[in-house]
Amino acid sequence: MTAREATLARIRAAIGDAPSVPAIPRDYRVRGDLEAGAAASLFAQRAAEYRAAVHHTGLDGVPALIATILASAGDTRAVVPTGLPADWLAEVPSSVLVYTDDGGMTTEDLDAVDVVVTGCAVAIAETGTVVLDGAPDQGRRVITLLPDHHICVVSVDRIVATVPEGLHRLDPTRPLTMISGPSATSDIELTRVEGVHGPRNLDVIIATAG
Amino acid sequence: MPRRPRVALFVTCLVDTLFPDVGKATVAVLERLGCEVVFPVKQTCCGQAHINTGYHRDAVGLVRKFVTTFEDFDAIVAPSGSCIGSIRHQHSMIAEKAGDGGLAARARAVGTRAFELSEYLVDQLGVTDVGAAYPHTVAYHPTCHSLRALGVGERPLALLRSVRGLQLIELPNGDQCCGFGGTFAVKNADTSVAMLTDKMTDVLSTGAEVCAASDSSCLMHIGGGLSRLQAGVRTVHLAEILAATEDAAP
Amino acid sequence: MSDTPAPTAPIHAPAGVGMLRGARTFPEAARQALGDPQLRHNLGHATATIREKRANVVAEVADWAELRNAGEAIKSATMATLDEQLIRLEHQVTAAGGVVHWASDADSANEIVARLVRETGSREVVKVKSMATQEIGLNDALAQAGIDAYETDLAELIVQLGGDLPSHILVPAIHRNRAEIRNLFLRAIPDIDPGLTDDPRALAAAARRHLRQRFLAAKVAVSGANFAVAETGTLCVVESEGNGRMCLTLPDTLITVMGIEKVVPSWRDLEVFLQLLPRSSTGERMNPYTSLWTGAHRGDGPRAVHLVLLDNGRTSVLADQVGRDALNCIRCSACLNVCPVYQRTGGHAYGSVYPGPIGAILSPQLTGIEHNASLPYASTLCGACYDVCPVKIDIPSILVHLRAQDVEVKRARRDVPTPESVAMAAAAWTMTDDRRWSRAQRSSRLARLVGRRRDKARGLIRSLPGPLAAWTVARDAPRPPAQTFREWWARERSSDGQRR
Ligand code: SF4
Repeated sequence: MTAREATLARIRAAIGDAPSVPAIPRDYRVRGDLEAGAAASLFAQRAAEYRAAVHHTGLDGVPALIATILASAGDTRAVVPTGLPADWLAEVPSSVLVYTDDGGMTTEDLDAVDVVVTGCAVAIAETGTVVLDGAPDQGRRVITLLPDHHICVVSVDRIVATVPEGLHRLDPTRPLTMISGPSATSDIELTRVEGVHGPRNLDVIIATAG
Repeated sequence: MPRRPRVALFVTCLVDTLFPDVGKATVAVLERLGCEVVFPVKQTCCGQAHINTGYHRDAVGLVRKFVTTFEDFDAIVAPSGSCIGSIRHQHSMIAEKAGDGGLAARARAVGTRAFELSEYLVDQLGVTDVGAAYPHTVAYHPTCHSLRALGVGERPLALLRSVRGLQLIELPNGDQCCGFGGTFAVKNADTSVAMLTDKMTDVLSTGAEVCAASDSSCLMHIGGGLSRLQAGVRTVHLAEILAATEDAAP
Repeated sequence: MSDTPAPTAPIHAPAGVGMLRGARTFPEAARQALGDPQLRHNLGHATATIREKRANVVAEVADWAELRNAGEAIKSATMATLDEQLIRLEHQVTAAGGVVHWASDADSANEIVARLVRETGSREVVKVKSMATQEIGLNDALAQAGIDAYETDLAELIVQLGGDLPSHILVPAIHRNRAEIRNLFLRAIPDIDPGLTDDPRALAAAARRHLRQRFLAAKVAVSGANFAVAETGTLCVVESEGNGRMCLTLPDTLITVMGIEKVVPSWRDLEVFLQLLPRSSTGERMNPYTSLWTGAHRGDGPRAVHLVLLDNGRTSVLADQVGRDALNCIRCSACLNVCPVYQRTGGHAYGSVYPGPIGAILSPQLTGIEHNASLPYASTLCGACYDVCPVKIDIPSILVHLRAQDVEVKRARRDVPTPESVAMAAAAWTMTDDRRWSRAQRSSRLARLVGRRRDKARGLIRSLPGPLAAWTVARDAPRPPAQTFREWWARERSSDGQRR
């Protein structure tokens, strides 16, 4: 008998012939009662509480804002996924080297980069979370992991109020990363320290259409 | 005139043997509020100590004894949150385990009519002012079983707030266990004493004259510690405070 | 009778491997911890901080009760259909390019992981914090196979560098303060800046530098999983520091070791647990990073993805209809932080990787009650754990259930009668009959004579004989009154309750 068969046999013996299977009460909140504008401002407030830097702009203001954030951080090497809207980088000065990751960059290459700019799949207002799913405007997981600075553009139509709404919009078969503020630890005397292994700085740009 | 409520007093084995004044006080409060109090003399013990120490076979007889003694009464009142907790939540389990489904059903039924004193006063009689007077400062320890197993919540505090002359002082970390835990106090004596020490520190920090609770077991533990320290703070059961009046403070 | 058990017979976690059994009983180990004022201080501070954070973020969730009900039901439904769920999970993981392995116990799980690592040609692995791999003692087993395992979670790094044992599920180095950690880093990390301060920020930065190259060079990672979705084959790791993302993303090979009880039936179920877990655990609305992966993702992350499904005593927990709820645990550690016993003794006293209230019900069931017989008694049954548990595990009732199991096992082994069992049987015999009981009460007034050191002026007993001596170490015993309540009643009242 293989370990698989043996384990399954032990499980069946343990639960018996007619185990009672409880019904799942799903009367918890699935939908938030916020309209779009309110969800965006709640998202902004909650993300900021994790000490992410939160900015607001219209979609046409994104290029200028990205350039300003890069300048004030002193970033000189940036990486972007292949599907990032090209005009978002239109105002980045030529002194900043921008790499487009087509899957070919090594970890050493990425480790030498200062900043990554991406979009996001979904943002969850109540928890201040952005979710990346590896779509072309977000790229593979490693590019948002090694650079010390992450700029994430969240278009308001991607913002939902609740965790259930957020998960509902996602495709579980994609590689997913849920991000709520910069990396952090509370392992030393429960004192929160931002920035351990993941990016230590997170800028979130909330972009309204038009 | 409405019929006088008839109450069967389950005094608990601990109060019966070591703290009879708590039993007398419970009778006094209930009678002052117009209840007819009956003391079924066949009562002994709810079996909580046996059950919580793992002696479930030995507890079956005690559960049967309790159920048989009390099942003919509409209301059973005890001055102990932990005994009522055991009656309500554990008796049917013990009977079930012994394969006595009939006893389990009877135990469940009795459990729905068994009340801790503050529950009975506030929910069944609908009173918070029991006409007591007690001119002292009091810190109230809510006790774990009353607080969590029974969920008595604010009831004891509401009763105390209506006592004339009584000044209630909030006990810091009140919801923390005092460390009694039945045989825990003996099996894990060091941990129990560490918990007791913190509880006493909190009690002393209030500056209250009296530390009150609704369970004589916790009071025995806290009181034993305070007495050893010769701290000068008295431990008093809620029933004794509610029984005190201007003419006769205990 | 044959020596080989039937294949379906419950098996417990084997002895001699892993970390489920303490060398000492709980009271013995607790005594040592209680005597360490620095430890008491660290624990008191840390648990109070996290309790308050949790209370605040739970209070703001209007439907917390509904989420708990759903969480409890999902877990119970999973356990009732565990065989089906695991088969579905295996099917989906395999379809997505992963490889599923089954391990009946710690030894076989360790063997599987060591073999998988060896097959990559690598001699080292990076690890993201995982209770399951600590439970089975994977690091030791890998070391014996010539493979170095590096913990990457800050607290686990602190524990590993110190040759120490974890003492909390969420913050395993909770027993250490910043000064102790600074000294440890100075001693154990090569090339460390000797000017390192004990500012947590500086300590975290030192850990970042120390581990960076290791992450970049790693070929194999080992992780646990918080959840695995049967419907989709998706695995989920919830973390804070980003070391999890490093391990789950950078190496070529990822080996995940997961207890069989971590499976949940459907994707939708995560919407419940991803709300319950972070708030209960770190006291945050959401933890910084949650990673979800389904098999191997082409062009993104590890190319070889393994899942090791671990029993190691879980099926014997499942076989106990009362005790099985312990399998519903999502390892949030909220019950530790509110436990008045844990707060004072810390995690080491429990002798197992699972400390606190959950440890007191889980470890004895995984190993068999004989091996952790003192743990179910390490509680006052105060119920604080049940109140905070996000999946509503009735820990006090399971503790009482396991105490009864312990008594029965001792009875069967004829370790009974002990003085306790004799006293319990005698008390029960006496108290099932009210006449016997009132006679006993009268004679127990003799007990007033047994107080050997009496404070005559105050009528208190300061020292009791036998096992009860533990009571009077720090407390006075009450003095039995001159008259019991029932004697008073008989004297004062007629039997119908009227005043005489
Ligand atoms: S038993 Fe409940 S409270 Fe304790 S760790 Fe498990 S899920 Fe959390």
